Amino acid sequence: MTSFSLANLPQPAQGGRKDIKMYNYTSMDSMESGFEELPHTADWAVRVWAGSLPELFVEAARAMNTLSGVKPAPGPRCQRTIEANAPDLESLLVTFLSELVYLVEHEKLAFDIFNIDIQDTQLKVTMSGSSILSLSKSIKAVTYHNLQICKTEHGFHTEIVFDV
Amino acid sequence: MIQIQDLKKITDYEWEIPKAFRPDMRVPVRIFATHDLLIHISGDKSLEQAVNASTLPGLVGYVVVMPDMHQGYGFPIGAVAATEFPGGVISPGGIGYDINCGVRLLASSIPAEAAAPYISTLATLLNQYCPSGVGKQGVVSLSSPELDRLLREGSRWAFKQGYATESDIARTEENGCLEGANPAKVSARAKERGRSQIGSVGAGNHFVEVDRVEALLDPKSAAVFGLQEDCLVLQIHCGSRGLGHQVCTDYVQEFQAVVRRYGIDLPDRELVCAPMDSPEGQAYLGAMRSAANFAFANRQLLAHSARHAFEETFSGKLKGWQLVQVYDICHNIGKLETHLIDGSPLKVCVHRKGATRAFGPGAAGLPPEYRETGQPVLVPGSMGTASWVLAGTEMSMLHSWGSSCHGAGRMMSRSKAKHEIRGEALRHDMQEKGIQVRAGSMSGLAEEAPSAYKDVDAVVETVVAAGIARKVARLRPLAVVKG
Repeated sequence: MTSFSLANLPQPAQGGRKDIKMYNYTSMDSMESGFEELPHTADWAVRVWAGSLPELFVEAARAMNTLSGVKPAPGPRCQRTIEANAPDLESLLVTFLSELVYLVEHEKLAFDIFNIDIQDTQLKVTMSGSSILSLSKSIKAVTYHNLQICKTEHGFHTEIVFDV
Repeated sequence: MIQIQDLKKITDYEWEIPKAFRPDMRVPVRIFATHDLLIHISGDKSLEQAVNASTLPGLVGYVVVMPDMHQGYGFPIGAVAATEFPGGVISPGGIGYDINCGVRLLASSIPAEAAAPYISTLATLLNQYCPSGVGKQGVVSLSSPELDRLLREGSRWAFKQGYATESDIARTEENGCLEGANPAKVSARAKERGRSQIGSVGAGNHFVEVDRVEALLDPKSAAVFGLQEDCLVLQIHCGSRGLGHQVCTDYVQEFQAVVRRYGIDLPDRELVCAPMDSPEGQAYLGAMRSAANFAFANRQLLAHSARHAFEETFSGKLKGWQLVQVYDICHNIGKLETHLIDGSPLKVCVHRKGATRAFGPGAAGLPPEYRETGQPVLVPGSMGTASWVLAGTEMSMLHSWGSSCHGAGRMMSRSKAKHEIRGEALRHDMQEKGIQVRAGSMSGLAEEAPSAYKDVDAVVETVVAAGIARKVARLRPLAVVKG
């Protein structure tokens, strides 16, 4: 299993297209983890990349948290576990991110530390978070629009559209 | 991306992407737009999405897209498609996550000039009584059995609770209730999300807005609708909140396997569908209708709250403050309707995603007072700009599945709008123009800037020139409340 912390959020990369923010540790070519916002007329879209599938899921969660401005409050932490089965990896990703949408909206909880295990199309996530300190935008849903998790020699990437 | 030169021009306001354009198209795509609007439209993927939508099994006629169209997911926003009933499919992506997002218009007899000293107070009270914004909860708390009743009955539930008048019900599309709702097909999670949100506006492009009737283009129809020149009216724009979002999420997810089961091949996973007469299709229909009824009840409660705000502001000071409903329309919905195909009536499931029903004179389902005028068609403009009240026509029944546009239509991405426009500056500009603004989020306000949208006048001119609606009144904002 792989653990990631959002304790140090990346700052937007300098230069480049001003209407696209890039939050990347290294470039997509080397396939370290990262995400960038893509232009979409009415909703939000992100491109996410990572060296492994669990890392991709974590980056997708980070991207979603960044876009919506979700920040967990300091103080007592809580743990949650998500277990899911799905016909394919894209459905697993939608299931995972949709759960986070629900937890933000309904339980007012923000999660920023994830342990992710993916075996075939089975997902287990144990995550740590706390109550929401701030939230600037609601995400209504995670869509399947053009959703495809692509594997390359360097890792994985995908594009996700959120309904806002 | 599809370019203008790929389109076949039918008239100055109607274009076609022929069925031969792509091998998987089942019907052509008809686009209502001027050439100038097409330049904006062809800048995103909406035309490609319209072509994708035309691949659904059981489609009849053509997929129609309105001049306010823009890129969505699955269907473009502004699309209308009809599938044969019962053999065709129903697609949650053809209706959208915000099931029965729609608009309600209520009219008063308060002259705007006399109301001017009170608009700021009214805006503050509307902001208080109609919760809007991220994380804001609703105004009522319901038990599970009561929520199920609301999902079955929609506005009628609100009437029984004392939140509605008979006129409100009669002047709501489908009398505020889609028959055949099945709350048992709505997931527990969807009910959890919705239970705490009844009577709230939400965020994004949802709003409550006070307008002045600036001009009457058809005074006779305006009088029938209850619109008086230079008087105040109120618009409410919102939908089914988290309940609807979850219903669509649940069924788009479930239908990923359903399409494989039925051997349906689609170019976009967001277009997943099920045959309407299948158990899966029927389950979604039951859930979608429940969510639609939730939205009707939601707008009804907001209207009730808005009436309190008007009473508190104006009672004892001005006469004519009572709000009378003009109409309430859906613009994300799937409904069984009968339309003429090659001269013969055919029952179809009309999917409207960012499009408004625009039934013409004499159409079944209209209240008696609107049978001669045709149905009111409510077209809110972008924030701070004009809105329109149109009326449906007989031509819309023949050419656009009885549908018309639903708004101005975005043309700038939210990220670009946030980058280029400062919410504080926008609020200041609007207030300089005499528009009171109550907004929960400055970045949210920036995203909804008028420059992010097409010109609503141009959109309306197009549908009018195409004959699928006609002008009745133009409205100007005085106060905007949004999350």
